[in-house]
Amino acid sequence: MSTHSPTYVPKSAGAKWLESRLPIIGLVHSSFVAYPVPRNLNYMWTFGAILMIMLVLQIVTGIVLAMHYTPHADMAFSSVEHIMRNVEYGWLMRYLHANGASMFFVAVYIHMFRGLYYGSYKAPREVLWILGVIILLLMMATAFMGYVLPWGQMSYWGATVITNLFSVIPVVGDTIVTFLWGGYSVGNPTLNRFFSLHYLLPFMIFGVVLLHVWALHVPGNNNPTGIDVKTKKDTVPFHPYMTVKDTFSATLFILVLCWFVFYMPNYMGHADNYVPADPSITPSHIVPEWYFLPFYAILRAIPNALLGVIAMFAAIAVLAFLPWLDTSRVRSGSYRPIFKLFFWLFVVVNLGLGYLGAMPAEGAYVIWARILTILYFAHFFVFLPLLGLLEKPKALPNSISESVLKKSGSGMPQGAAAKPQDA
Amino acid sequence: MKKTLILAGALIAALAMPSGAALAAGDYVKPPRHSWSFSGPFGTFDREQLQRGFLVFRQACASCHGLEYVSFRNLAEPGGPEFTPGQVEALAADFRIQDGPDSSGEMFERPGEIADRWPNPFRNKQEAAAANAGKAPPDLSVMAKARTFERGFPWFITDMFTQYTENGVDYINAFLQGYVDPPEDLDILAGNHFNLYYPGQIVAMPNVLFDGAISYTPEGSDRPVAPETVAQYAEDVTAFLMWTAEPHLEQRKRIGFQVMLFLLVFAGLLYFTKKKIWGRLGEDGAPEYRA
Ligand code: HEC
Ligand code: HEM
Repeated sequence: MSTHSPTYVPKSAGAKWLESRLPIIGLVHSSFVAYPVPRNLNYMWTFGAILMIMLVLQIVTGIVLAMHYTPHADMAFSSVEHIMRNVEYGWLMRYLHANGASMFFVAVYIHMFRGLYYGSYKAPREVLWILGVIILLLMMATAFMGYVLPWGQMSYWGATVITNLFSVIPVVGDTIVTFLWGGYSVGNPTLNRFFSLHYLLPFMIFGVVLLHVWALHVPGNNNPTGIDVKTKKDTVPFHPYMTVKDTFSATLFILVLCWFVFYMPNYMGHADNYVPADPSITPSHIVPEWYFLPFYAILRAIPNALLGVIAMFAAIAVLAFLPWLDTSRVRSGSYRPIFKLFFWLFVVVNLGLGYLGAMPAEGAYVIWARILTILYFAHFFVFLPLLGLLEKPKALPNSISESVLKKSGSGMPQGAAAKPQDA
Repeated sequence: MKKTLILAGALIAALAMPSGAALAAGDYVKPPRHSWSFSGPFGTFDREQLQRGFLVFRQACASCHGLEYVSFRNLAEPGGPEFTPGQVEALAADFRIQDGPDSSGEMFERPGEIADRWPNPFRNKQEAAAANAGKAPPDLSVMAKARTFERGFPWFITDMFTQYTENGVDYINAFLQGYVDPPEDLDILAGNHFNLYYPGQIVAMPNVLFDGAISYTPEGSDRPVAPETVAQYAEDVTAFLMWTAEPHLEQRKRIGFQVMLFLLVFAGLLYFTKKKIWGRLGEDGAPEYRA
């Protein structure tokens, strides 16, 4: 990058002493104070900070819950009720944690759609993007196992359905499932290992998040124009510009979280999970948490069980290959009129799949799920590769500062022609 | 910015999926909507109603249903029916609780204390089922959160903004009043009953509420404090079950309002701070770089 940020110079004797032994203040300073970001970032770029806050919130509330929770099939449900009733502010911790998980996914999905729209996965940010996909997978595993912990009906039967998916793997499937369960059905050993992993995975997420931020700070942020930072004029230092903007945005986000926590804390959960787990009664509808619904719909859309499972995992795995499936050299969707349409189609496809995932797998629902599944994969394997070759992008601005100033009305000359972006 | 915020809002709205979508198959009638004192952001319980609801529970439900997670002391705690500590102690003492073993290894019975849990009417699930046409009456502690009904599109989205969360109580309230004559062509096995609102409509619980069966007339008075009707009994006991399911509901909503207010003011201040800071940017970029 062409901008040079002011480097950290320790002032106090103590800071000098530490800095010459472990330059950690300098690291933090260069990463979160002086770090230059494009000056035209919109509010979609505040979701990274929001995600950080949510991860910390989940870890803090989770550790407090774990102090009162009992991971045993006979006691898990009542220990959660104990938290809700007898632990001081236990209800607050639990509702923050449960709704926090949902809002965590709201944030991560917005964060990812932002990346999809502005082409943030394209060179030189492929590794950054792939690390994000790994975080998503870890989050899904964490949330899935967390939902099993209260040991209600949906915990038990959700765990049964999802772990059973592995039984479709030829030859070794049943062995794998027995291994996951620690027995011949979901039971106490399953609950114990899920608790252990549910405690572990968030810290692994934390580790991958650090790599994610590291991989971000090498090429720097993408931005709504998708063009590279050229001069210092294109950027602002992270502090105070982004710190204040991120804090503002995060406050609004937490406001939404609080709406659910304080006024409708069970809206995003299932009533069935307030019924203690009972292996002898199968609920008539087994539905996963809302954030899994699109993938659940893909799973059920395909008549063959093995292919269904493959499709479901492929629906997530395909994201990792996105940098090479999208052939367009223009990053930002703002300059790609046809891509824009397909992007919004893709958003609608995902919402539609989410809706269908909650509906019973019968009649017209199945037909629709199939159509949308095809559209989901077509987006990656047909539309994106072809669009890059066929679409004529609009003219790009010459620089980020030019695009900002033009928008604010100080009229500068428009960039000549769409030229491929230097990658 | 406005556009992105609206988009984000729409995405959140559309992503949050119906929690009611999981309801059982089979015929049932959707419960009518009832108005509750505890609904909405400023909702609180009506103490008198909770006390009447407890009376109904004790007289009409406790012979079959337990309240596993409710201790006697809870009945005197703030945010609930708020019986006096004396009343609750006397109530607890009415029950014989098994305790032990004592120093010689024997189990013994003693009068209940306020720290005791509400005693179960049956020794175990098997006994409970045997007494009720093969179906054990479920514990009612969290019942108000453990039942719902399908809201369907677009209500599951509008519910988010109107804060409709009374699915469970609307169902229970309707269920308790839902015992009507079955259609003539319907064969109902002995020990089962027809209920309009129960998923599948055949239920092992009999009708237990009858007009005038429970007295709402306080000692020394000659007029009941509330109508002695099935509708009133059902509403009162349902409100009581909401409290047993969510004993900190009042505290939650009260703190919620304070938190929301704080966050709103804080967000407002941050907004102007942000505007001020970003206002420093000129054509030639950030002043920090100009030095
Ligand atoms: C004679 C015993 C008996 C009495 C008294 C009784 N119930 Fe029940 N109740 C049952 C049984 C048995 C079931 C299980 C019914 C089934 O699932 O078929 C049940 C189920 C319920 C359910 C769950 C319905 C559902 O959707 O699964 C609720 C709520 C309920 N009872 C509330 C009450 C209330 C409130 C009272 C007091 C006003 C009461 N019951 C009195 C036996 C009783
Ligand atoms: C990535 C971060 C995390 C996510 C997405 C997540 C998700 C979840 C979910 C969905 C539940 C079920 C909520 C419910 O219905 O009760 C849950 C429960 C739980 N989680 Fe987490 N969690 C995270 C981090 C943690 C951490 C770090 C800990 C502990 C150190 C933890 C401890 C617990 C405990 C003890 C429960 C059971 C209590 C309960 O059900 O309320 N979680 N988690």
